[in-house]
Amino acid sequence: MSRALIVHQAGPGVTVQDSGRPGYLAYGLSRGGAADRLALYEGAALLGQAPEMAALEMAGTGGTFEATEDMRIALTGAPMRAHLDGAPLAWNASHPLPAGGRLTIGPATAGVYGYLHVGGGLATPEILGARSAHLAAGIGAALVAGDTLPVGEDRSGETGLLLDPDDRFSGGEVRVVAGYQTPMFPDDEVTRFEETRFTRDARGNRMGVRLSPEGEGFAARAGLTVLSEAIVPGDIQITGDGAPFVLMAECQTTGGYPRIGAVLPWDLARVAQAAPGTHLHLRFVPHDEALAAERRAAEVRDGLRRRLRPLTRDPHDIRDLLSYQLISGVIARTPEEE
Amino acid sequence: MTDTDRSNGNASFPRIGRVGTGGLLVSFGDRLSEAGNRAALAFRAAVERATPEGVEETSTSLVSTFLRIDALHTDPAAVARAMQTLLDSRDWYAADLPQGRRLWRIPTIYGTDLAPQLGEAAGEASLSPEDAAREIAATRVRVQTIGFAPGQPYLGQLPDHWNIPRQKALTDSIPVGALALAIRQMVLFSVSTPTGWRHVGQTAFRLFRPEAGEPFVLRPGDEVIFDAVGRDAYDRLRDAGPDGGASCEPIR
Repeated sequence: MSRALIVHQAGPGVTVQDSGRPGYLAYGLSRGGAADRLALYEGAALLGQAPEMAALEMAGTGGTFEATEDMRIALTGAPMRAHLDGAPLAWNASHPLPAGGRLTIGPATAGVYGYLHVGGGLATPEILGARSAHLAAGIGAALVAGDTLPVGEDRSGETGLLLDPDDRFSGGEVRVVAGYQTPMFPDDEVTRFEETRFTRDARGNRMGVRLSPEGEGFAARAGLTVLSEAIVPGDIQITGDGAPFVLMAECQTTGGYPRIGAVLPWDLARVAQAAPGTHLHLRFVPHDEALAAERRAAEVRDGLRRRLRPLTRDPHDIRDLLSYQLISGVIARTPEEE
Repeated sequence: MTDTDRSNGNASFPRIGRVGTGGLLVSFGDRLSEAGNRAALAFRAAVERATPEGVEETSTSLVSTFLRIDALHTDPAAVARAMQTLLDSRDWYAADLPQGRRLWRIPTIYGTDLAPQLGEAAGEASLSPEDAAREIAATRVRVQTIGFAPGQPYLGQLPDHWNIPRQKALTDSIPVGALALAIRQMVLFSVSTPTGWRHVGQTAFRLFRPEAGEPFVLRPGDEVIFDAVGRDAYDRLRDAGPDGGASCEPIR
């Protein structure tokens, strides 16, 4: 059999994702792509390859996989319990995946979307210039048992590298910029919006995420009769019941609900990775501050290779690392640090 | 709305606004109008011709042009100033429709179990279902924008008595190829989705063909007649391929 990854079992939300299909907005097709774009860069840094390569995005839980040839893998995004032939694998790290070995990836211990990257990238056929499944548009499909995914040629053999985990899996503060519809909301509503604690609702997927406000919902002056206009990932629509709905990678291209603002692209991963029940605050920042933040974030993203460090093989350390990941999404600081 | 009330003393349009960190929206009105729609299409074409630095992608909705900007390398405020200059260079509301437009005839079955809301929509417009179907089939509508879902057209406009509201409760799932109606407009659905528009006709026309050389079939400015056909003819056309029996000719 040629170089491939065999899917023996898959959770309900496992799809092939890359950086999506820009350029089709005029045709009603949103860009799509990975819900957590930073995870693609982390996987690329760990494997020393281009961030455009396609990986598996796993919503909530992963599956059971087997390689037909020796391969390298990296695990990024929401930490999940991963094992190779029963032995635990560190998250946010690169590992060898020998031919015939069983890779099992279980539920996320924090966050929502975990990623499985392979050396050489997934080499499924491109549709309109990308490999990403776009389920809302009918492109591609969620993986099922029995699927076999071709894998590209790998130019490297480097494994055993680790990136320190990021803090984007536990909610917190999300930065927002005003847009042309923000003035449709009275000033005191915008102020209340900033002061409100939101809880990530159970209703959420790759198209959008609903946030439940603590207290009253929000309302625009003009009610709900705004003209359908272009919308982008990050836009915060205030729907009929007053709850904000944050549009994600696979959103539609036009929408008729008023928008109070838009989440910064860099911070959108924090919304995507907030598991149901996680608390979020939204804070408006001026446009120049937002752009400066985006530029700094791009520098961090492009400098990930410099942050790699060797994955310690000592079993004691590995156990510590796993326990750290279990709590990383829930507790910001350990009691020893207080 | 007609051509005469387009700019009509409304000094707040056209105007440029921000969308997220890297988007600009050039709006030609806050209601659908024929002139605003032509302005949006013509302005987008002009931006595409000018290829301003930092503009990565453009699109239109009913009466606005959207620009996606590479904000990491180009200041959107600078692009907005360049767009204001382009806006000031002519009367966009007087622009012609795009070149290369086509007339499509798409066989449609009205009513029956395949399009169960014809009667309800006709009632809202104070017509009998038969008269409603006859009137819709006789109206040549134009693609005002493609959006929401891949290849999906918003078509208009129908006569005034079709200014019927969307349903309060959404239909759980309208099928691909459904022709649905509200507020003097029609949508031909490219995906199966929940909707508040009423399902008055059903076609076998596939608007989005991801594997085909031309994945998106209709273009803004194209015109469409939804010819009525019977159940037997519809069933044959449905099995005949993605065009569902549709034909197309250039508009001269």
